[in-house]
This record gives sequence, structure tokens and C-alpha cells, in this order.
Amino acid sequence: MDDRDEPIEGAHGRWVRIARARGESVPFTIDGIPVRGRAGEMLIAAILAVRPDLGCLPPDRRSRAGFCLIGLCQDCWVRLRDGRRVRACTTPLEPGMAVRLDSSDESW
Amino acid sequence: MSSEPLVVIVGAGPAGMAAARTLVEGGLRPLVLEKGPTPGGRLWQRRATVDFERRLPGHDPDLGERRVSDFLGIVDRIDWYPGTTVLDATRDRLWALGSDGIIDQTPWDALLVATGALDRVVPLPGWTLAGVYTLGGAQAALKVHGCAVGRRVAFLGTGPLLWLAAAQHLAAGAEVALVADTSHRLGALAALPHLLSDPHRLALGLACLRIVRRAAVPIRLGVRAAIVEGNETVRGISVESTGGRRHFVCDAVAMGFGLVPQTQLLDLLDVPFDLEPTSGLWLPRTDRSGRTPIPRVYAAGDGARVLGGEAARLSGERAALAILEDLGRPTDRERAARLERELERQERFARGLARAFPFPTELEARTDEDTVVCRCEGVTAGAIASAVRAFGRHEVNAVKALTRCGMGRCQGRLCGLAAARIAARAAGVPLGEAGRLRAQPPIEPLPASARCMAAEANG
Amino acid sequence: MNVAPSRLRTEVAIVGGGLVGCSTALHLARRRVPCVLLEAGRCGAQASGVNYGGVRRQGRALAELPLAGRARRIWGRLERLVGGDGEFRATGHLRLARDEAEAAALEGWIREAARYGVHGELLSREALHARFPWLGEGFAAGSFCADDGQANPRLVSPLFARAARSEGATILEGRTVVAIERAPPGFVLRAEPELELEARVLVNAAGAWGAGIARLLGEELPSEPIAPNMLVSEPLPFRIEPNLGMAGPGIYLRQVPDGSVIFGGGRGTVDLERRRCRPSFATSLATIEEACRVVPELARASIIRTWAGIEGRTSDDLPIIGPSPRMAGLFHAFGFSGHGFMLAPAVGAVLAELVLDGHSATSLAGLEPARFAPGSAAAA
Repeated sequence: MDDRDEPIEGAHGRWVRIARARGESVPFTIDGIPVRGRAGEMLIAAILAVRPDLGCLPPDRRSRAGFCLIGLCQDCWVRLRDGRRVRACTTPLEPGMAVRLDSSDESW
Repeated sequence: MSSEPLVVIVGAGPAGMAAARTLVEGGLRPLVLEKGPTPGGRLWQRRATVDFERRLPGHDPDLGERRVSDFLGIVDRIDWYPGTTVLDATRDRLWALGSDGIIDQTPWDALLVATGALDRVVPLPGWTLAGVYTLGGAQAALKVHGCAVGRRVAFLGTGPLLWLAAAQHLAAGAEVALVADTSHRLGALAALPHLLSDPHRLALGLACLRIVRRAAVPIRLGVRAAIVEGNETVRGISVESTGGRRHFVCDAVAMGFGLVPQTQLLDLLDVPFDLEPTSGLWLPRTDRSGRTPIPRVYAAGDGARVLGGEAARLSGERAALAILEDLGRPTDRERAARLERELERQERFARGLARAFPFPTELEARTDEDTVVCRCEGVTAGAIASAVRAFGRHEVNAVKALTRCGMGRCQGRLCGLAAARIAARAAGVPLGEAGRLRAQPPIEPLPASARCMAAEANG
Repeated sequence: MNVAPSRLRTEVAIVGGGLVGCSTALHLARRRVPCVLLEAGRCGAQASGVNYGGVRRQGRALAELPLAGRARRIWGRLERLVGGDGEFRATGHLRLARDEAEAAALEGWIREAARYGVHGELLSREALHARFPWLGEGFAAGSFCADDGQANPRLVSPLFARAARSEGATILEGRTVVAIERAPPGFVLRAEPELELEARVLVNAAGAWGAGIARLLGEELPSEPIAPNMLVSEPLPFRIEPNLGMAGPGIYLRQVPDGSVIFGGGRGTVDLERRRCRPSFATSLATIEEACRVVPELARASIIRTWAGIEGRTSDDLPIIGPSPRMAGLFHAFGFSGHGFMLAPAVGAVLAELVLDGHSATSLAGLEPARFAPGSAAAA
């Protein structure tokens, strides 16, 4: 794709963009690291374009990457730095969003 | 304060949108609650983000845009609440969560539930690895987000959606590793008379088949076993079929075996359910008019019975006519009868699809005891069977209490059907005796930080 | 279709297949006494199977403490008794006081309860926060009973039912008692569908339906049906070890090992005749708000399920346990008013002793049905 977002060094996305995104490129962060997504897209697409998974959810340590993608399976919950939990497949990306995939600090 | 009856529609997919229009034409002002940010449902979800270079088979974005525009054209004559998820329903009121985190409630005089369907899954070894999605999920990633869910996607399952999703991915330029169907070719031939009742859809199906063949994608039919391989993430899939056993390299799997109506609200409203023996699905009791045995509660679209997008539109319109009639408004009986005739034709086609793509009982019966059935809580098939034998209980809600299967975040949406089959098998009783998982409110997770709105909506 | 009813005869008939009924059946069966238990639905499906799961002596009315003490000993050896521990863990129970008056009440209770062998530790505001950093503000003091804890009610009832059956008790589900006749020296129960049961002794362990069973024999015992409203969160990193409760009215909360936080307080709705109940969304919202004051971090989590169960509440919030003052051979054990789960394993043991020996080493003073007899203080 002509305007593919730059992959982050050392990380790779799971999803592959195969259609031209209409929205402009906007910045957000994952565990403090600056990345870019597309205005208007859902958070899960933005994250999985640059990461292999969404981290883990209690009660197990299984890496998750979403499943039904239509807001029903509850697999894609992610935390934001401000403490909110959102379902990544139904939450639009906002510029400046700070996503926390690393849950090793055991906070709720 | 209006003395007009308050009709609430839950879901603004094809069925809900059609119902809203019909009610507005009938002089009412319905309240329409839609979980997503825009109307359209799975079928006509507005692509806010992407442009495809090529046209995808079975995907008419212009039609979808038109339908959505039509709906938005009447938005000043309805009370439209996008981003609103209904969490609980009683005879008195509905409770809903807005995307702003505020809870609101509304009474209702007539209620149409048009909440659509979700892919049916069969637990398989490795199906909880990162990179496994439903067919509908893969489609949503493609059509809405413009992404393939992996660099090389394997498609596994049965039903028209299997072939449609694979063909759409190929047309969009994604790499498809495999199309593995549990159904046999012979089933499709036997179903031909039914399938001919909708030649347009039949033609679409054949076109998808052609696209997959022409792309030289490996095809496996009569699949009776499958294992998704990988450690933390999908690395490949092995299938056993009429063509023997074979391993395919892939980094994503899209799976689905038909669709399951999402009926949690109907269950909370005490609508009775009946077991449909061929599919093994418990379906809410409705008639072609969309009425349920519960007064003033109606159901339409795939959320009542999976018949596809066109039938959803027809049934939404028909249910709205039923609502108008039951509210004592003048209705067009001829129009209602015509809609029901068309719905009957759609049902005939659906029967053909069920015959061509039956639920894979053999694949399911081979569910290994180490296979995780409840993804949310990590409960295996073996744990379910053990509990059934240890306590002599096979009713699926009792099994849930004993094993935690169905207690997780998705509240049994993904595991409930499989759990009932495993329980019935372990106890040696007919499937119907295992019953069905009962819905409990909230039907979706409720953030503890959600705050209640003081005023009622449209009180 | 007229089918002649099956006729059964036994020594002890038990009405109600909750934890009380099943534990009674188990203890009778262990002493080789024939008993038949009739349960209208499925054993353990009502309050017994869906309650909060608290196993605590702290905060109980003193009249319950002898029974609770015996129960605590049984909880400690549940595996030996019924072949499973029901996930009982002695996590301790923390009781929280919001002001000085409640703090004084906590202290007073600890002092009184010491007579019954219950040991509690008083905690100042500072000590509370040091020991339980997840606790919210606004608590003046707390008391901690290390010996208390929690268990999984969904497992315990089935364990007792299975154990009773394997010891020889006959447990019949799907049988609703519709009539009871006195046929001295015993009783004849008629149940639907198609069952007649003759027994010398009758144990009324019918929970929220216990008052109705008593009424069939002309006995009025004050109990109203309530539906405690329960909630559970998604699984969260494990943080809260003790079972929490309030000194005054308020929520009760615990976190299970897989991380879900279970809590309750407030009521849902109940339809006793149709044997159905429902959680109340409005109540749930209010309870969530209070829970977030007690454990502020909970505000970050999602609540994924709510439910209710049908329980019988008496006019003095104490269970009705013991022989009927009006009729020989009739024993009542119901009306646990939302806190019977912990007691139930001992209630069965005590009832078996009352039925077979005419007395029990465990005092039921203050809990007897006779306290509601006309002319008595409690009935006033």
C-alpha cells in the first residue's frame, strides 16, 4: 500500500491493510510507545496493524487478538492509561489515545 | 407528555431499519436503539474507513449506502440512539448503556427485538490461539476495517458465509491458505430444488465457488477433524477430510458453521423457545408476522431466525405491520400477506442451505476432552463431561453452575451450544434434555463506572 | 388421564431439597434411618445454590452462634463428609464500621461472641488501610475473624445431595407437595405428580416455601419471600482476601481465586407461586455504586452478570429451627433470612439428633418455632 503506516521497530502487526484507508494518519500510544493509526477506524484495527496481539485478560495468560469483531465475544477488551476499559472492536481510535496492553503490573 | 404508544426497536440492521420506516409511515415515532455508531448492521455497515479497488462479490456498497441513507432520511421522525446497548429488559422498561458511559432507561408499549446473529462455532484443538476469528469477524475486518486478519488466512466451517468470506478475501487481494468445508458436495446437489427458489443467491454462491477454484486455493470437503496449530499464535491448520489428512501453513483461521440468533433480550422477556431438531438450535417462538407469545413483544431479522438480509428486511416490515395492527391502527392486510409469502420463499431457500450445509455433527462429536469449550473461563470438554457424570446432572444451566462454563465475559454466547451437546452426550440423553443456557442481565458487560441518568428517555 | 399415585412409606419425610433438606437426609441416612426427600424443582436450585457463599460467624445474632460453631467444624472437614470441599477457604471475614457507633457495636459483638469461642481482632482506621490497601475511605474501624471464610454454593448443594443419595436417602425431584394430612402417629403427604408419601416424621426444610408447608398443617410461622440481588464482576487480578461485610446494613463482597468479585445487598423481585425471581437493574446500579465506595478500584472493572435467589425471611431475621410446638413428629428448619448457607451443614446434623434422639447437644435457644406461638414474646 502506498501510504502504509510505518511499522514499529521490533514489533509487527497481525492484520494486513489491503484497502486504502480514507482517514488520515493519527498518533496514539501503546504502553507509552508512539504509533500511528487511521482516523475513524476501530481501536482493534489500529492496534493489530502494529502489534501481534492485545495482551492478556484475567483469568488466564492467553494472548488475545479478538474473535468475533462485532462486539459480542468480549475477547478484545483493552485498558487505556486513564484506567478505562474499552472493547477494542467497537471503540473508535481517538488521536492521542494511550493504550495499555502490558498487564504485568496487576492493576485492575 | 405524549399519549402515543411508545414503540421501541432494538437493533438498526436491515430488520430494524425496515420496521422503523414502516412504523413512521404508520404515523408513529419509534425509539430506535442501536449498539453500533451507525445503522446498517452486519450487512450494511458503513465503511467509514476504506475504499476497495475492486468490487467484492455479494457486497453491494451502494445498496448498503442507499438503505442507510434512506434510514437516516427519516431520522428526524424517530428517536435515534446509536451507540446504545440494551442490557436488560422487563415488561416495565429497558435499561441501556450509551457510549458515553451513561445508563438510561425507558418504558415501552411495544418492543421489536432485531438484534441479529453471531457465527456458530465448534470448539477445536487450538481454536483459542490468537489469530482465530469467526467468519463474520474476518468479514468485518475486511469490509469495515479494510484488513485481512492475517497474512495467510485459512477458512474453515460450513455454510454460504464460508464461501462468501473466502471469495471476498480473494477478490480484495488477501492470501487464502485453504477453504475447508465440513459439508459434502452431495448435500448441495440434494438441496438444489430448495436453492432454486432464490436463483440470485444461488448464482452468487456458484460465483464464490468459481472464484475460490480459479485462485487455485486448496479446497477440502467433508472435513471431519481439524486442529489449529501454534503455541501462542496460529501457525497452521491440519484438516482431515475426504481428501485425507493434510497440514496447511497459515497465520489466521476464520471459522464458522452457520449463524445463531442473538436472543438474550427475548429470553429475559420470557419468550418461550423451541428446539429446531436439524440444526440443534433453540429458536424463539415467533410466527411469520413477527409476533411472539408475549404480548407486545416482537422479533424480526436474523435475531429471530437466520434467513439472510433480504428476509430480515421483509420480516422487519412485517413485524411493524403487526405492531400497528395490535395497536389498533389501520393496516394493509394485502401488504402483510405479500410479505409473508416472500418470507415463505426465503424460508424455503434457507431449508436448502441447511440441507447443503448441515451442522457437522461428526466433527462436533469428536470434540476431544482436552479441548477448551468455554474460552472465557478455560473450561474443557472433559471437565463438562466429568461434572455430568460426577453429579448426574445434564441440564446445561446446572452444568454451568458446576463447571463455570458460560460464566465468563461472553456469558455463554460462544460455548453454550457446545456445552449442551457435550452434556447430553455424556449423560446419554437426547439433546433437548440438556436445555439451553438462560440469559442473565446485563447481557453485555456493564462498566462499574457507568452512571445512571436521572431522567427517563421519552417518558 | 387418571393414574393412581405411587405410594411410598418411610420413617422421615423431608420437604425441600436445598442444603438444609439434603444435609438432614444425609445425617439421617448415615444413621440408617429411611428417609424420602421431596423437592419441587431441582435440588439446590433455589437460595442454596445461588447465595453469596459467605461462611462466617462474625456478626451473627448470638442465638445462632452455637449452631454456627458446630457448622464451622463441619466446614473444616467437608471433604470427609461429602467427598468435596465445596471450595471452602478460611480467608477470614472483615466487618467494617462507618462511624464510632458502629465501631462500638463491632467491639461489643467481639466481646460477647468470645463466650462462644469466636475470636476477632479489632482494627483501627490506620490498621485497616495498612493491612487492606484496596479499601476505600470512610471507615472508622473494622474487626477481623480469621476463622471465617467463603465457599462455592454451586458446588456444596450438589455435594450434599449426592452424598445423601449414596448413603441411601431417597431424593425425588420434580415433586411439589400440595397437601399434608395428619395421620397419627405420622403424616401423609400428597405431591404432584402422582405421589403419596406416608411418614412418621416430617421435616419442613422448604426454604421460602416453608411457611406455606407449615400452613398446610394449620401452623402459622411468619416468613416472607425475598430475593437477594447478587452481582459478579469480570475476573480481575486477585487482591481481596477476606470476605467483607458491613457492621450496619450494606453490601457484602468477596473475591474468588479466579478473580471475579461477587457482591450483593438489596433486593430483586420474586414470584413465590411461580418459583421465579429476578435481579433488579436499579438495585444493581445502586449496589455497584456502594461497592465502588468500599473498593474504589472496582470502578475500573465491568460487571458481567447479576442474579437473585428466593429466600425466606422471618420477622426477627432468625431462622426457625426445631420441633413444632403444636404437633409431635413435625420439625421446621427454614426462614434463614439470607444467612443460612453457613449454618445448613450443621442444621441437618442437629435435626437428625432432634428427630432420633429427642434432643441435640447444640443449643437452638432463640431459634425455636415455639417463639412464634400465640402469647409468646416474638409473636407479639
